[in-house]
Amino acid sequence: MNSAADTGIEYDAAQPHDLKPNMRRYCMPNPELTLTDGIIISHIEPSSRVIDLGCGDGRLLAKLRDLSDCSVMGIELEEKGVLETISNGVPVIQANLDHGIPEIPSGSFDWAVMSQTLQQVRHPKYALQEMIRIARRMIVVVPNFGYWKVRLQVVWQGRAPVTEKLPYSWYNTPNLHLMSISDFRYLTVGQLNCRIVKEIPIINGSAVERAWASNLRAESVVYILESPLA
Amino acid sequence: MATETSEPFQIPETSVGLVETQTATLFAPPHPLKTEGGSKLGPIQVAYETYGTLSPARDNVIFICHALTGDAHAAGYHENSNRKKPGWWEDFIGPGKGVDTDQYFVVCANVLGGCMGTTGPGAINPETGERYSLEFPVVAINDIVRVHHELLRTLGIDRVLAVVGGSLGGMQALEWAASYPNDVGAVIAIASAANVSAQSIAFNTVGRRAILADPQFQEGRFYGDQGPRYGLALARMLAHITYLSEASIEMKFGRRLQDTEKLTYNLLKETEFQIESYLHYQGRRFVERFDANSYLYLTKAMDYFNITESYGSLSDAWKDSTARFLIASYDTDWLFTTSQSKEIVTALNQTARHVSYIEFQSPYGHDSFLIECEQLAAAVRPFLAQTYSSFKLPEKNQKTN
Repeated sequence: MNSAADTGIEYDAAQPHDLKPNMRRYCMPNPELTLTDGIIISHIEPSSRVIDLGCGDGRLLAKLRDLSDCSVMGIELEEKGVLETISNGVPVIQANLDHGIPEIPSGSFDWAVMSQTLQQVRHPKYALQEMIRIARRMIVVVPNFGYWKVRLQVVWQGRAPVTEKLPYSWYNTPNLHLMSISDFRYLTVGQLNCRIVKEIPIINGSAVERAWASNLRAESVVYILESPLA
Repeated sequence: MATETSEPFQIPETSVGLVETQTATLFAPPHPLKTEGGSKLGPIQVAYETYGTLSPARDNVIFICHALTGDAHAAGYHENSNRKKPGWWEDFIGPGKGVDTDQYFVVCANVLGGCMGTTGPGAINPETGERYSLEFPVVAINDIVRVHHELLRTLGIDRVLAVVGGSLGGMQALEWAASYPNDVGAVIAIASAANVSAQSIAFNTVGRRAILADPQFQEGRFYGDQGPRYGLALARMLAHITYLSEASIEMKFGRRLQDTEKLTYNLLKETEFQIESYLHYQGRRFVERFDANSYLYLTKAMDYFNITESYGSLSDAWKDSTARFLIASYDTDWLFTTSQSKEIVTALNQTARHVSYIEFQSPYGHDSFLIECEQLAAAVRPFLAQTYSSFKLPEKNQKTN
């Protein structure tokens, strides 16, 4: 789709003066949304009741409703996203995940989805606990900061990793919490007693199940989790 | 300052234009309305206005519920009044606006117990030939909604696409979906609540007290006299403060003085600060247009409203409803707060209703829904469009009884 993403390398375009001319910084590609959307949709049984935390414009939920006849609900913080979600005919509640979502009753959904949002919330553990509370099963898509290019960037350039295609720097990034695959497993399985049903690493823009050294090779990961309450 | 010009007033093209208030007579004997309080009332005259065109399928009806002291004149201009003053929701209802009259047939009616053309305490009791005054039965929001539902039925409309209202109007909209679960496609309740807070009851109580304590109240039989105008103005001044926010008062008036440069140190000068002058003006204007008895009845209806109590629990109220809900609140509204709106949202989620919620940012407090119409339209327009397109489809996902 775009060549820069193929190489996985881009200049930090907004702050060229910030860099020496030949200093290249790795920018983690925004994993192909259609790819992760596809993976998510393929795992959710038709007619399920699904909630998407950080639903953006509600695109994924509209697909789940139309393709899988799911009953859907979105949670979104930004007003723009809320209005776009309404325009997609998807019910949406404006809420800040950092404050929890008490508007959603416990156990009221079959699936809770959180795609590329967990790293942006202030309290990821709390956000996951809220997911566990409201749904039996969860799908979480997160960037993997254990990716080798990120590691190299830290080691060789001594600079904080830049993620996605937006030219965020450490001081203005929405990504507050950087985690690797090992970190995520430790939190969900070790701390929250979830069961990882599936771990699907995204490597070079495709989903590779059972990849070797995924913590080094994956740019992001799709997790299918089961709540300890399930 | 511009001088007075004799140029004729042009109705803006963005308006629904010239409109007329119509009346219908309902609940004529032998079929009176049995009110929540157990009284019988009839015949009941209802004042209403309509804008836009009813579709052949009669599926594009939007019913607008007005707030406490509003009326049926929601949009457009009246022929024989000051043409420069349009309906109270002019910026929100009209061609291409939040409620688009090019697509929808909009109906707005004055409430039961009001004084703007619908039967209320100031109307003549046919049994006695005198004005009802305080013999008018105490009415509930549910009674108001039943009268409006009956109005639509007589207009040949069995099902509405949406019921839309702010504040007390939002309460009516919520009641519509609870009372007529299959007759409402969508509810849009803005800056509203399933019941008012004790704080609101407190303000209403003081307002009513001001009216009742006025020597001119005469046990409600003040018609033809000057009536409790000071009490009514005071009630309005008090209520008006609750519609604003600290920030909006600060922004609009600050501590600025009205006519003087310096403080006058005159205790009895009524309008020294601009905010004083403004409140007195609001009070005065209100007395000219509103009946003190209606104010008593309608604030009481508001205080009594409690969906939780009426239906056993808040979520039970809408468990049979097939409506989509859009609940909106304003961050600076301290009369009908965000947490009250969220309470409704939580209840609707307990029975998995189709509900959307948005908290708008606006400095104008409770009044925001009358002021920030563009902001509101950004949510309402797509919400109505989506509801309408699914409304037209065979009712795949709709429960039917």
